[in-house]
Amino acid sequence: MSAVVRSRPWLLTLIALAVLVAVNTALQPSFVQPAVLQSNLTTFLPLTLVAIGQTYVVMGGDIDLSVGAIAALVNVVTVSAIAAVGGDGLTPIIAGLAAGLATAVVCGVINGVLVAVLRLQAIVTTFATGIVFAGTALFVLPQAGLPVPEAFWRSYGATLIGLPVVLWILLAGLAFALFLGRRPFVAHLTAVGGSRVGAFQTGLSLSRVRIGAFVLSALFAGFAALCLTGETASGDPLLGQSLALSSISAVVLGGTALSGGSGGPVGSILGALVLGMIGNVIFFAGLPFAWQTLVQGLIVLAALAGGVLVTRR
Amino acid sequence: MTLRSGLTNPLTLAAIAILALLAVGETLSPGFARGDQIVRLLTVAAILGIVAAGQNLVILGGREGIDLSVGPMISLGAVIAGNIMAGANAAILPAILAATAVTFLIGIVNGLGVTLVRIPPLVMTLGMTAIVQGGLVVYSQGIPSGNAAPALMAFINRPLVLGLPGILFVWAIIAVGLTFLLRRTAFGYAVYAIGANERAAMLVGLPVNRIRCLLYGLSGFFAGLTGVCVIGYTGNSFISVGDQYVLSSIIAVVIGGTSLAGGAGGYIGTVLGAVALVLLQSVLTTLQLENYGRQIIFGMTLLVLMLLYGRQGRLRV
Repeated sequence: MSAVVRSRPWLLTLIALAVLVAVNTALQPSFVQPAVLQSNLTTFLPLTLVAIGQTYVVMGGDIDLSVGAIAALVNVVTVSAIAAVGGDGLTPIIAGLAAGLATAVVCGVINGVLVAVLRLQAIVTTFATGIVFAGTALFVLPQAGLPVPEAFWRSYGATLIGLPVVLWILLAGLAFALFLGRRPFVAHLTAVGGSRVGAFQTGLSLSRVRIGAFVLSALFAGFAALCLTGETASGDPLLGQSLALSSISAVVLGGTALSGGSGGPVGSILGALVLGMIGNVIFFAGLPFAWQTLVQGLIVLAALAGGVLVTRR
Repeated sequence: MTLRSGLTNPLTLAAIAILALLAVGETLSPGFARGDQIVRLLTVAAILGIVAAGQNLVILGGREGIDLSVGPMISLGAVIAGNIMAGANAAILPAILAATAVTFLIGIVNGLGVTLVRIPPLVMTLGMTAIVQGGLVVYSQGIPSGNAAPALMAFINRPLVLGLPGILFVWAIIAVGLTFLLRRTAFGYAVYAIGANERAAMLVGLPVNRIRCLLYGLSGFFAGLTGVCVIGYTGNSFISVGDQYVLSSIIAVVIGGTSLAGGAGGYIGTVLGAVALVLLQSVLTTLQLENYGRQIIFGMTLLVLMLLYGRQGRLRV
């Protein structure tokens, strides 16, 4: 039993998620209705995507505190590009998506070069670049506004072959994670996070692997920003401020060690869903409002501690 | 000391940064470096410096030591102190004792989580942040309450001796005391030992877990004391008053030359780091830039400072 759990720590997260879903359904019988499920998934999706990207950085032994600021920057760049191109049809939307995701890649490369090539400490560096990215977002769009075309948010809320688009996005994230898990990149990343000196001595290009992880993290923050844009249908330079720390909680809940070299994004997806469900259950448990933050904090810390206790070697 | 090693010494560099920032400030706005302005800046730096003292200890202790929960602990200290004082001078001492005792105990809980349960410090103190914030909401029911005693406000805002407010003397005592503790006592050597090489420290028989627990407790104590200073500085408090100190306390420590890897650095650097950080923010305010310009320059300056001396060693075969 413990060997199975140790190699697949996300199994526990899956059990926790199942329990939370059961409790939530008992408290709120309408939870299983497709419309309610879809609205819950829409709420959880941005953090889930950010958590996937954060996992790669953490597996490599680094950390990315700038994901929230990157999401804000991508959001304002996307809506500004759509407004700048103007007109109807798909052209402005495609231009906006391209501009937003290109911005994310640039942010990821900046983080990666500072940390992996210039050898700065990831935690302080990504905090500092986060300030710069957030400042740039305020420069691009000083105030919330700039509505996106109807086609943008309508298609985000739509269904495709009977399933909501948000579910397709989640499945695409999962499929990407599973695909990348079979590529050499993740093996290299695990090696770099597990033993930096060891990986260096085998001749692995450490900086390329670590920059790749930061670019993935920024890209997924960009995807999350596009989802938030689809949800709010406008730009907001202050969006996503809690994403960085929540995504780290999700990664740890999913069984990836902060010291690097183990874990994977599937656990983080479950971890992000567990975090969202804990909020749900507390809301529907009918606790006095003032107590909700405290109880949520206690449950999250207990879950984190439990996860660490079970998976520690 | 060669010129190059002198220039890359964090203490020298932080001191140069402070002088340069003063010169820039004075050029941009004559009177920036006037005596009373500097005293005002030092008062703000002292508040940051006191919370950074605890942060410094936790980081020195190593094993990815960091304390993200200082923000809500400062808020908690301010709210507890404000409610006990309720504007009465007689209640200042009980208020300080209660605020620091509660945050010391929270810090010890952080320490127990980090040492006994072996939760990574980042995660443990992040979890504690949510819990203390939640506790504050329950305690205050979301309504700001309590206010500072006049004597405490005078101690922090009005000149006491030689034109300097009392808080600067408190900060000086903390700086001297902490530096003595770290450099001249067995406890201090033990802190550096567990930060540099925990395994070796354990093998020579140091009570590694007990020391690390105490470091987190001290971080809580200093955060609570900072909370008392914050309410003394502004007169009243609200439940997120401490949030702005979380990352700035870490940055003050890093600018001051303490390695985030633990085991190297000291508090004098952190003092200079706190002064440099407050000066930088003040210069950026003087520039009357738009908010985004201030943010971008602030972030860039941090990156440049780190590039100058925050770099880690090169890997070698």
